[in-house]
Amino acid sequence: MSRNHVSTTVNGEPVEFLCDTSQSLLSVLRDELGLIGTKEGCSTGDCGACSITLDGRLVCSCLVLGVEAQDRSVGTVEGVADHQVLHPLQQKFLEHAALQCGICTPGLIVAAKALLEKNPDPSEEEVRYWLAGNLCRCTGYDKIIRAVLDAAATLR
Amino acid sequence: MNDPKAFRFVGSRSIRPDGVEKVTGRAQYGADLSLPGMLTGKIVRSTRAHARIRHIDVTQAMSLPGVLAVITGDDFPDLERRMLPMGEQQMDVRDFIDNTMARGKVLYHGHAVAAVAAVSPDIAAQAAELIKVEYEPLPVVMDLDAALAPQATLLHEDQVTLTMQGPVENPVPTNVAFYMPLKKGDIDTGFAAAEVVLENTYTTKTVHQGYIEPHACVADAKQGGRIDIWCSTQGPFLVRTLTALALEKPVSDIKVTPSEIGGGFGGKLAVYLEPVAALLSMRSGRPVKLVMSREEVLRATGPTSATRTRVKVGAKKDGTLTAVQAKLEFEAGAFKGSPVVPAVMTMLAAYELDHVLVEGYDIVVNKPKVAAYRAPGAPQAAFAIESILDELAGELGIDPIDLRLKNAVSEGSMAVYGPQFKAIGLKEALQAVKTHPVYADPVGPNQGRGVALGFWFNVGMQSSAAVRLNENGSATVITGNPDIGGSRASMALMAAEELGIPAEQVQAVVGNTETIGYCDVTGGSRTTFATGMAVIEAARDAVARLCERAALTWDVPVEQVSWAHGQAIHIAGDHAPLSLDEITANAIHTGGPIAGAAQVNAQDAGPGFGVQCARVQVDPETGYTRVIGYVAAQDVGKAIHPSYVEGQLQGGVAQGIGWTLNEEYIYDADGVLLNAGFLDYRVPVASDLPMIDTILVEVPHPSHPYGVRGVGETPIVPPLAAMANAIAAASGVRMRDLPISPPRLYQAITAQGA
Repeated sequence: MSRNHVSTTVNGEPVEFLCDTSQSLLSVLRDELGLIGTKEGCSTGDCGACSITLDGRLVCSCLVLGVEAQDRSVGTVEGVADHQVLHPLQQKFLEHAALQCGICTPGLIVAAKALLEKNPDPSEEEVRYWLAGNLCRCTGYDKIIRAVLDAAATLR
Repeated sequence: MNDPKAFRFVGSRSIRPDGVEKVTGRAQYGADLSLPGMLTGKIVRSTRAHARIRHIDVTQAMSLPGVLAVITGDDFPDLERRMLPMGEQQMDVRDFIDNTMARGKVLYHGHAVAAVAAVSPDIAAQAAELIKVEYEPLPVVMDLDAALAPQATLLHEDQVTLTMQGPVENPVPTNVAFYMPLKKGDIDTGFAAAEVVLENTYTTKTVHQGYIEPHACVADAKQGGRIDIWCSTQGPFLVRTLTALALEKPVSDIKVTPSEIGGGFGGKLAVYLEPVAALLSMRSGRPVKLVMSREEVLRATGPTSATRTRVKVGAKKDGTLTAVQAKLEFEAGAFKGSPVVPAVMTMLAAYELDHVLVEGYDIVVNKPKVAAYRAPGAPQAAFAIESILDELAGELGIDPIDLRLKNAVSEGSMAVYGPQFKAIGLKEALQAVKTHPVYADPVGPNQGRGVALGFWFNVGMQSSAAVRLNENGSATVITGNPDIGGSRASMALMAAEELGIPAEQVQAVVGNTETIGYCDVTGGSRTTFATGMAVIEAARDAVARLCERAALTWDVPVEQVSWAHGQAIHIAGDHAPLSLDEITANAIHTGGPIAGAAQVNAQDAGPGFGVQCARVQVDPETGYTRVIGYVAAQDVGKAIHPSYVEGQLQGGVAQGIGWTLNEEYIYDADGVLLNAGFLDYRVPVASDLPMIDTILVEVPHPSHPYGVRGVGETPIVPPLAAMANAIAAASGVRMRDLPISPPRLYQAITAQGA
């Protein structure tokens, strides 16, 4: 079985990889590119742990094929911080203790960043509905919602 | 004990030491490790819920190019049945092996029957398809009634009912694995004294812990016999023990390194993958990674028991309870060991009662073997007692909090299950909820509020800790407890408190089974209590060394040196204080590196009591319940890091709300789970929940140097009844069977209206 050659952009950097036709972008990120920040919780698009952006749009990378990344721009949690400086969302997640086990955190940060880029001043309800595709089993969401609202205020 | 007001760092909201790695995606969880030459493992799982295995043909799979190992149940040892003590639980070693990989019989759909290791995931999947298992189907036993029927199909032909004292009289083969009665006083006397008696039955369905990270591990068997295991677990030493057992190796041949853990809630106290991966690695001579899919997690791990509880309460008209009788029937899944024992013991622990009879039954069915789930057994028992007490309060016209205050235990009370309570904050928590707006504010149309309380023992057990001082005066703290919810932050704070340096100067590390001494599991709400105690003692040991070095430097007896605010003080005042960093910088001249260590077997864990109030709005036209307010109060002893303590309360509440409203395993007639995914096994999402208010009641636990008591499990005990009670108030319909999903509630509302 021959593998497909794909040229794409990941977190602003040009990237090339080989992948099987049936291989998900999630698997490519983790297994081919070593970007393990994107997590696998279900592989059926139900948990949001693998959230990334594709040309700026929030998607579950388990539902995207690696070959679909050709000539697109992929954003993962590894690209959220500015080198050594945490993004305000990351800082607020830490200050608010918005993570316990932390497995859902990369997906939530990617998803929340996509929200704030569309809507810099969301209401609590808007944050809750935007993040409804990202499961967290530890926190009850309370501190996550507060962290996102606080980060939004910081960014404005 | 230290004066609580005197804490300098404990009680602050420091940034967790592992935080940056977790918000940037660099932290390594179970599935994140890859090794050179690593193979992919895959488990072949039963397509039947109950069947004899006639034959397993692995020849085609073995001959597929790229397949390096295939194993079945026959490759594991045929161990004699015996109980292995595992801290707060026991495990039958034979059941453990049989659950790891079926031999002779499969006992649930998804039961492991074989495993392969291959050079790629695709080839592993192809090989798994090529393994042919010939089954002789048996009737499936999917619920309590089927298991208890007179001519019931038996899961284990040699199983008889055991009690704490051994087999029952005249034992016969049965699906009832265990019977436990808890008696106090005489219930006939108690019910004779009652002016009101209520009796009802309450049921709960099979639910899963629902951790977001599936089980995952990498095993690397080296030539020469040693095995390195990397895995997501709540108990690296437990993984070592059980893997050694399954491979018939000494524990000293196995090193277990816990990865970061993506949730567990008790479910990662069970060991499924590591012995399989290790054996595949031994056979292939290559590292092997095994990762479960979400479907495998739901089909073959966890869950907790479906239950049926019949409960009868007697009371005076003023609300004084006179007697309680209860019968608890818990599904164990395919092997004995449901949490019915803690259910029996916790059910009435919050109440002053003279006449009690609670009987528990542990019953096997063709579902996955249940695993611990946060306060195992207590939520189901509390659902029954806290629901019927709400019904009693309504019958008597007494405020539900007042009813509980009237009967609540306090310091000095004898718990129904045995011990005498030391200082506890149950009544304080009840009072705190009573004045909170979620309880006290007026209630709108179709709205209701419901109150319930919860109890969990918490445990102590064995922990080791090491505190190492660096030459710049900073410290590294090592423990052996995986950090499942921010425990590194608490360990850093406690070490900081003793050493007198800010928490930011303390690095808290989770060691592997070779870099730190034995630690029991991260479970039983024990980590901050017991491992924290070891950290405090290890830090005190390091401080003693620091004082010795200062004494040496000053050439004075060590008795003349004390430690305060990160400095050695010459008590007489002849010498200027020496700071920690000055002492460590000079360590080369005073005896070399400075460190402390401690090993504890912590006894007398402080029990946890919580009180919660839910406020809901029910849509009578759809049966949909919206949670519009929630408050959780709990006696936490001393909150080392208040944010993570609040988080435990909020997380337990959310899981309990899911358990009440939506979560359930749905099986077909053949015992196949129909909703093995997060789409149909629906856990709460952000838009389902309101903010969850917390009240941290701090009644210091007398047996811990800082007053800490376990926190993590109690919060999931009250929500089931608190929610059901709120729904009853909002809808006028009493729901005694979980989950109270919209179709069920709509049907009940409609039936009552008709």
